[in-house]
Amino acid sequence: MAARVLVGVKRVIDYAVKIRVKPDNTGVVTDGVKHSMNPFCEIAVEEAVRLKEKKLVKEVVAVSCGPQQVQETIRTALAMGADRGIHVEVSGKDYDSLGPLQVSKILAALAKKEEASLIILGKQAIDDDCNQTGQMTAALLDWPQGTFASEVAVEGDKLKVIREVDGGLETIKINLPAVVTADLRLNTPRYATLPNIMKAKKKKITNVKPGDLGVDLTSRLEVLRVDEPPQRQAGVKVETVEDLVGKLKEAGRI
Amino acid sequence: PVHFTVLGLIQSGHLVRFIKSRSLTQLAELPELHQMLRQTCRDYAEKELAPVAGQLDKNHTFPAKQVRELGAMGVMAVEVPESLGGAGMDYLAYSLAVEELSRGCASTGVIVSVNNSLYLGPVLAFGTEEQKQQWISPFTTGEKVGCFALSEPGNGSDAGAASTLARQEGDEWVLNGTKAWITNCWDASAAVVFATTDKSLKHKGISAFLVPMPHPGLSLGKKEDKLGIRASSTANLILEDCRIPLGNLLGQRGMGFKIGMQTLDSGRIGIASQALGIAQAALDCAADYAHKRTAFGAPIARLQAIQFKLADMAVALESARLLTWKAAMLRDAKKPYSKAAAMAKLAASEAATFVSHQAIQVLGGMGYVTDMPAERHYRDARITEIYEGTSEIQRLVIANQVLKEYQQ
Repeated sequence: MAARVLVGVKRVIDYAVKIRVKPDNTGVVTDGVKHSMNPFCEIAVEEAVRLKEKKLVKEVVAVSCGPQQVQETIRTALAMGADRGIHVEVSGKDYDSLGPLQVSKILAALAKKEEASLIILGKQAIDDDCNQTGQMTAALLDWPQGTFASEVAVEGDKLKVIREVDGGLETIKINLPAVVTADLRLNTPRYATLPNIMKAKKKKITNVKPGDLGVDLTSRLEVLRVDEPPQRQAGVKVETVEDLVGKLKEAGRI
Repeated sequence: PVHFTVLGLIQSGHLVRFIKSRSLTQLAELPELHQMLRQTCRDYAEKELAPVAGQLDKNHTFPAKQVRELGAMGVMAVEVPESLGGAGMDYLAYSLAVEELSRGCASTGVIVSVNNSLYLGPVLAFGTEEQKQQWISPFTTGEKVGCFALSEPGNGSDAGAASTLARQEGDEWVLNGTKAWITNCWDASAAVVFATTDKSLKHKGISAFLVPMPHPGLSLGKKEDKLGIRASSTANLILEDCRIPLGNLLGQRGMGFKIGMQTLDSGRIGIASQALGIAQAALDCAADYAHKRTAFGAPIARLQAIQFKLADMAVALESARLLTWKAAMLRDAKKPYSKAAAMAKLAASEAATFVSHQAIQVLGGMGYVTDMPAERHYRDARITEIYEGTSEIQRLVIANQVLKEYQQ
């Protein structure tokens, strides 16, 4: 069975925080704002730890890309039961422009380096909502992918993955090594217990630079502008269908 | 903070040594371990306690499921060493845990506090190895909780006047009397019971006993119908020729008063933490409302009358919190902490009642109805000025310590 699982964990602005756009419209305010682990990444960590508890996997390695602060996120994964962590150091402008393509290149390189046979990621991050990293990582490694997983079962050297799709649930069987992305109903993540928080302190986090992995961080995307969603405008009430048609014609909609 | 430290050292009579600088920075920013612990308890409180706290209060329901989950997290036995099934963390960690949990549900906070400080505390401090195995390990998982029976119908603050009697008969102790206001008692599986073994020795004739529950000769009075913390049970403990093995004596004969007072010193930090949690929840409620409620054409947060209230509430809360952390840190550093603990409990409980009172005021009519949690915080806060040492007793303890410093 899979000896080593790589789990990607992203540090994002906490889901409960009210997001504010920076006055210069280059991005959102992150200074002094509460951050936590992306909720879908929590689900990914939980799934990996459960596989380890079922003895289907030997080691769970938590990976995060970013500046010094992401170590907190890695430690949270360790407190949930991951065995060790890898901090890929990315900071400054590189971090601002870090996106799914670069991260998937990093994860692919790490998967080869660590000889991982399973990568579990959250289906998407709640800040950029890209929903791309898992798919790109699988493509770069030429591995099968089971995305939007609501159930994962090991069957010999294959994985049975039940995926949440628009039409309902789709069951697929994929060979290992593979990439799985976690959807909401895959599991309910555990709370870090006090003894595990204590143990997490002793677990190792190794630092790695993207250059060491042969990854070029140059972004092919440039953010031009960030704006708040438009304020919801009041609607107009009409008395008859004729009025409605008239108003729609006026607005050039029909 | 530096002058606190020096005074504390002079008062304790030690040579002037500096408390590790780590302790001072901890007041400014908690170590990573404690931050993680605080976060996990806060997450649990937000997701599992706050949504059900209103219902638990309304129906007077003991949160058994939550207590078991908290046991699994290690929170029911924070200071107990890992070898006995605890989390093996320090008192600052315990204080943070109780505060965060109380912010979600004050009843759950006191259930956790009583189990940790008032039940496991004395057994850990005064128990034999055998007693620790029997009376600690099963009470760390959340499956069983303990309680502390010191007060009686005839004496609360006057703890030295314990009229519950214990006499030795062969290889048994026989206990007779009534204990009052016992938190957790309807849900507990064991009690630390204080009884007089030698009436002539007055308070030096009190001993502490470990009593399993249920047990022949031990019965419970009716559950009190309280103003607040209604999800935790409070009742009388009635002992009628209750027989327990000689080995159930905790510590030495006559040590009971000392055990009680030392236990309450620690327990004060737990209750202070509970009060902080209640105050924080009330402040959260008021500040959030102030942003949303509009009057006179703008959110009421723009009005100075509201701003001054929020400022006073925040100051009361934060100063009580720092006193509480300091008391916990002194205890962790094995320094004398009675004065600090009494100050913490006094400040935090008065902050809780002040903040929750003002929170209702900020909410106006909405603060008076059960649709908002403000009324529950107000009701929950009130007991913190009474149990585990009334505010009046805390003032006596503090005055006593202050006067000692100026001994002529």
